[in-house]
Formats: sequence, structure tokens, C-alpha cells
Amino acid sequence: MNHLVILGIVLGVSTIFGLWYRSSRGTVKPHSSTQLTESDLNSPLGTRFTLVQFSTDFCSFCRPTRKLLEEISQAVNDVKYLELNAETKVDLVKRAKILSTPTTLILDANGIEIGRVIGVPKRDQIVDAISPMDI
Amino acid sequence: MQFLRWIFDHYSALMTPELIDPRGPRFTAGITTIVLATALLSGSWIPVFVQCVQFALGGFVSPKKAPYGLIYINLIQPRLSKDFSSEPINGPKFAQKVGFLCTVVALGGSLIGNYVTFAIAVAFALAAAFLNAVFNFCLGCEIYLIGQRVFSKKFR
Repeated sequence: MNHLVILGIVLGVSTIFGLWYRSSRGTVKPHSSTQLTESDLNSPLGTRFTLVQFSTDFCSFCRPTRKLLEEISQAVNDVKYLELNAETKVDLVKRAKILSTPTTLILDANGIEIGRVIGVPKRDQIVDAISPMDI
Repeated sequence: MQFLRWIFDHYSALMTPELIDPRGPRFTAGITTIVLATALLSGSWIPVFVQCVQFALGGFVSPKKAPYGLIYINLIQPRLSKDFSSEPINGPKFAQKVGFLCTVVALGGSLIGNYVTFAIAVAFALAAAFLNAVFNFCLGCEIYLIGQRVFSKKFR
């Protein structure tokens, strides 16, 4: 096959994947309802919502995600932020079906997942999900 | 007291991951895209070998000490804004190691005259570099956990 055609196919498929990747990251999506308890998290849950971020050391986007979620949890009432290392919390990773990092779970007051974000969350998506009136 | 402070400072430095300007890896990915596209177009092992050396230094020493990283630090970064949020170096190093593996496979394919192996391995590395450069795709973010599931007993 012509080398130029091969190159075109590689870049074309990569572009399509890249556009899909960009559109799928950062937005809150419903997911099967995982429940995480306080003993799972080694921490009390937020009185209204808990933002649980799964991170690894190899994750370039975990730092900006942490910064954003900390800001939001400090600005919005009764919302707690927790960060978990996906490499050590293996059982939770499997139960919650975490495939990549950062993945942020939005839990209600009972620890039931109401949505999740893969990648760096968009601020307005998180705010709309947890507290449309507070900010 | 001075001795205790010296111990603490060195311990802290070891435990704190090294940080990197995130624009550097994207610049590196841009050059990598051009080099590997050249390899795929020409079918030549020479650009793949050059890239393999870059990946080896970037993945096993430091992205800052590999050729493209040095170009970025000395020629590009001084011209850019100093307002950026650093990221841990682990992710870019991991991606460089994956790239190194691809280029080794490609060179092996070239050595035995197997163009299909060469092309597939180069195409994979090229796609990853292109995605990183254009769409800020983080390879470590996406495949590290999946890799852990496959290779690590504790994930089974």
C-alpha cells in the first residue's frame, strides 16, 4: 500500500479519535450507581455531596483536577472533596469501574454515585451537578 | 540541628515528584509526530532510530535531558509565558517509555525485513504523539490503569 495512504489513514483515524476524546472529557455523565461508604473512603461523606477523585502518579491532568475540585468544595456549602490513589485503592477501582485517571465520582449524601467525570472536569458541569443555586 | 535540616530537605526532595512545564511534552510530541511521519512515508529505519534514542533518554533519564526537551528548554520556553501550572514528570516519562517500546519493535521489524511490524509499531507511536501534540491526549492517564489490570496480580 502506498506509504502516503498509510500515513493518511493513521492521521485521519487519530483525528477522529482525538475529536471524540476531546468531546467526551470533562462532562458529567450518569453511570451505574456505585455506592461508596465512609469505611470505603476512610472519611466521612459530605453532608450533601462528596467529590471523589481517583488519581495516579502517571496522570498529567490530576493536578489541575485536584485544584479545581478543591476550589469548588471550598466555595460550595456542604460539599466534600476526597482524592484517592487508584494504585492502592484497587478494590474501589474495580467496584467503581475506573478505567482512567483522573475520574471524579459525584456522590450524594448516602455515598451513591449520581454522575462521574472522566478527565479534567469543566467547572460549570460540576457546579450544575452539585449546587445550581450556590454559585 | 543543621544536620537534621539537611536530612529533611533531601528526604523531601526525594519524596516530592519532579515537576515539568506541561508545554514541553507537547512540543516534544510535535517533533516526534514529524519524525515518525517521515519514517512512515520513507519506510526508513533511520528516523525511527533517532526517535528511539530520544524516547530512551526521555523515558529512562528525564524528558528534560533528552534532545527535544533540551531544544524546548533552551530555545522555546524562554520565549513563552512563565504563567503555567507544572505537572509531575511521571506521566511524560511513562509515555516516553511506551514510545521507546514501539520504536524498538519497529527497528526489530526493519531489521528482519518485516515491513508490516515496522509500519504498525511506527503508526502506534505516531498516533500517540499526534494525539498528544494536537489534542493534549495523556497516554499515562488512559492506559496506565488498564496496564495495571493486565500485568499486576493485585488488580485481578
